Amino acid sequence: MPGAGRRGAHAPTPAREFWLIETKGLRKSYPSGKHGRTVDAVRGIDLDVRAGEIFGFLGPNGAGKTTTLRMLATLIRPDGGAALIAGADLLADPAEVRRRIGYVAQGGGTADAVSGREELVMQARMYGIRKADALRQAEDALKAFDLTEFADRHCSTYSGGQRRRVDIALGVIHSPKVLFLDEPTVGLDPASRGQVWAEIQRLRTEGMTVVVTTHYLDEADALCDRVAIVDHGRVVVEGTPEALKREISGDVVLLGLAAGEAGPAADALRGQPYLHRLEPGEDGLRLYLDDGAAAIPQLLSVLNAAGIVPGTVQLQRPSLDDVFLARTGRSIEQS
Amino acid sequence: MKLARDTWLVFQRQVLLMWRTPIWIVVGITQPVFYLLLFAPLLKKVLAPMGATSYAEAYQIYVPGLLAVLCIFGGLYTGFSLLGELKAGIIERSRVTPVSRLALLLGRALREMVGLLVQAVIITLCALPFGLRVDPGSLLLAYVLLGLLALMTSALSYGIALALPNDAAMSPVVNTVAQPIGLLSGVLLPLALAPAWLQRVAEWNPFYWAVEGMRALFSGHPGDSVVWQGLLIVAVLTAVAVSASARLFSARIR
Ligand SMILES: Nc1ncnc2c1ncn2[C@@H]1O[C@H](COP(=O)(O)OP(=O)(O)O)[C@@H](O)[C@H]1O
Ligand SMILES: [Mg+2]
Repeated sequence: MPGAGRRGAHAPTPAREFWLIETKGLRKSYPSGKHGRTVDAVRGIDLDVRAGEIFGFLGPNGAGKTTTLRMLATLIRPDGGAALIAGADLLADPAEVRRRIGYVAQGGGTADAVSGREELVMQARMYGIRKADALRQAEDALKAFDLTEFADRHCSTYSGGQRRRVDIALGVIHSPKVLFLDEPTVGLDPASRGQVWAEIQRLRTEGMTVVVTTHYLDEADALCDRVAIVDHGRVVVEGTPEALKREISGDVVLLGLAAGEAGPAADALRGQPYLHRLEPGEDGLRLYLDDGAAAIPQLLSVLNAAGIVPGTVQLQRPSLDDVFLARTGRSIEQS
Repeated sequence: MKLARDTWLVFQRQVLLMWRTPIWIVVGITQPVFYLLLFAPLLKKVLAPMGATSYAEAYQIYVPGLLAVLCIFGGLYTGFSLLGELKAGIIERSRVTPVSRLALLLGRALREMVGLLVQAVIITLCALPFGLRVDPGSLLLAYVLLGLLALMTSALSYGIALALPNDAAMSPVVNTVAQPIGLLSGVLLPLALAPAWLQRVAEWNPFYWAVEGMRALFSGHPGDSVVWQGLLIVAVLTAVAVSASARLFSARIR
């Protein structure tokens, strides 16, 4: 169902053939090196990814995103669980899975002393494509990803954004059904980040299913049709960004406070009837309440009475971080 | 013939990468030539107890050892280049494709083997003016033995690079493997000079047989039993090293 776009949380469950990826209880532990103990990196992940969507895998560092992706890309064997990817069984037929997927690691995988074009040809040849066809497909990819300008320079001379786009072009040279991207925008400047988003969206409109991991909330929110929020190797919650945020009822008010004022301000505000929850935020406090606009005047007068004048007051709709916070008691950006 | 095709693909890529780092070609050629020229004045005296009365005879003993050490050590150290490829994600990128895992290993090991054989030919040619004489048939057989040696030690070295938990462990492990192999195979000086107990120990070193085989070939005795024994031992070990290492290429998790 390419380009189906976003669905509401209560949209009817599509028929089975729409699931392009189904995983059940995927698990992976690593030996931690000390006294035979292990790190449970992934502790039972169930995912359902629909054909033609951009699926986000959102979570803090160490949540198990990379491990999950590497299992789905046949790079590491799961300790337990099962997965069906584009109709191929991960454990029984990894070779077939490889033919149907593309995978781009967080660090990419280009050599320094070869050009982007040479890498694309090599990649196509590794998929068994004949030389003449590989040359043509590399040329097509260079055009599609707008890489021709630097295609014949060595990869070592590329900027971060250029290298990233070559990485993605490498991941889809064989037109896979699913593309896995591990943190594709980490370390990129905002302009390159936008270009990478645009490429991902273009691939989706061409009918590809894209699974992307990220620890950027705005990325998951803006780019993904659906997200699974992961923490400590488990899926905490899954749904469209809209539906997830809708679950967090009400508004968020951000108070910008001088250093040392957050404590007294929290003391003064605690117990106010309209306030659901209060969390320390960056440079101040985050207040969760039903109707922000109505509550702000009262908030300010309570603070005034305590001798506190906030530097800034901002009214926000809940973000995916608020969803994470509500579920785990921590903020993604701080964990 | 997917294996052959994929191996050729990986081999070509590795050759391209080598051409683009010309410093290795310069080092690869000058180093063995230095070994040959700088040791020459010492050789005649040192090898006199083995019956070497002329430079020609000294080189007959020394050159096959030098060639063997070149291939053994050259191969053992080739795993370091794999560490770079692992870090850059090139191996991981390859492993997501259906490319043959054995080809990922063989293409690289064969590139290394060809590089080492080219160096071996250069050394042989440089030794000719000093009076080295080998019959072409024996020489060809010696190169086969050298090629197998290079293949085995490269595969072993790649295996070590893949199996180790971190890059820092590579140097100590390779050095620890290489030193006794080198000393006990009599590569630079024949173990005939060694006391009996040391010779007894050396007989357990497969590389000792390879080096003895090389010497027999260079001294014009291709029919000696050490020749086929050396070839057989090295061939078996090559098969073992290649298959174990190829398994690591498909299964590694690091
Ligand atoms: N090769 C490994 N050996 C041991 N522990 C690992 C290894 N890879 C990942 N881990 C651990 O597994 C957990 C999940 O890691 P990862 O999947 O990389 O998370 P993420 O990609 O979400 O940041 C972390 O605690 C990490 O330290
Ligand atoms: Mg990661």
